[in-house]
Amino acid sequence: MKTRLVISAVLMAAATTGAQAQDAAAAGIAKFREMLADGNPAELFEMKGEELWKQKRGPKNASLEQCDLGLGPGVVQGAFVQLPRYFADTKRVQDLETRLVTCMETLQGFNAEEIARTPFLKGEKETLAALATWIGGLSKDMRFAVPQKHEAEKTMYEVGKRLFFARGGSHDFSCASCHGADNTRIRLQDLPNLTKNPGDGVGFAAWPAYRISNSQMWTMQHRLNDCYRQQRFPEPKWGSDATIALSVYMGVNANGAASIVPALKR
Amino acid sequence: MADPMRIRANNKDGVTEVRVLMSHPMESGVRKDASGALVPAKYITDLDATHNGKTVLKAMFSGAVSQNPFLSFKFKGGAKGEKVAVKWVDNKGESRTDEATIA
Repeated sequence: MKTRLVISAVLMAAATTGAQAQDAAAAGIAKFREMLADGNPAELFEMKGEELWKQKRGPKNASLEQCDLGLGPGVVQGAFVQLPRYFADTKRVQDLETRLVTCMETLQGFNAEEIARTPFLKGEKETLAALATWIGGLSKDMRFAVPQKHEAEKTMYEVGKRLFFARGGSHDFSCASCHGADNTRIRLQDLPNLTKNPGDGVGFAAWPAYRISNSQMWTMQHRLNDCYRQQRFPEPKWGSDATIALSVYMGVNANGAASIVPALKR
Repeated sequence: MADPMRIRANNKDGVTEVRVLMSHPMESGVRKDASGALVPAKYITDLDATHNGKTVLKAMFSGAVSQNPFLSFKFKGGAKGEKVAVKWVDNKGESRTDEATIA
């Protein structure tokens, strides 16, 4: 009896030390990330985005200053945390990027189809990344309030939820395969549970972000595209209802969480 | 003209801390693009930081430094309202100078 108690006490001590070591490692990584956050190259994209918002561009030689991101023409502060939402003029639920393209088309005369086809970070997609970073940054530390008032918004949430759990592709993956449970990770990358609110600055609240590993500024559409690539799915159409629906699902789930955009990622 | 740098400088107890975020591709010259061709080298080679016209830091960068370099340093002196200027020159001879006011 005594031997058993001693053994279990030793095991418990070992387990606690193991857990403590893990917490110390997690704390160390958090501190390292904090140090890296000083001088986030995303700031360069924020500066560029502000310039591109105000600059007269495109065939119509106009600026984007009259663009309505949901809070009225030209209102950018706070716009990021209430997207995606339904827009009466286009009669669809749009995320930040598709809404920006709508504005680039109607106000500046750009071709929306052409922008949609342009590869990420090339041509006008680079413009979009800078604009999204700047607009996102203007809502930094604000809490998400993605609306669910319009029927279309509610429908998109349900569509997003179905898509999140739909398994397919060559590996039979779904978004939920990686993001459907608490306390999971892939190798050393912690995976947030996106079926519920993952907390401040996590998941939907962390994109657009600057990726240190490839020195690229990634928007949410870019991130979703890469998620599908990782799941070995066919490439989703840029700005499709499917991608927007997923953003609505994750965005609404994140309601109340604070945005840390633009973030810094590995 | 290259994209602007983002410079922040603040003075505390006689020491000024300067943080510079430079916009530069920093192409080492050994990378290959999708078609297999070498991407030509384009990286900052020299950096000069001045305070009231006097050099406070001189640096030599190489192709080993990452894209969009971030530099943080401290120097003794400087006061609120004074200017700190940073100039970089790259291997192609392109240069950029920006300045900031010490907060």
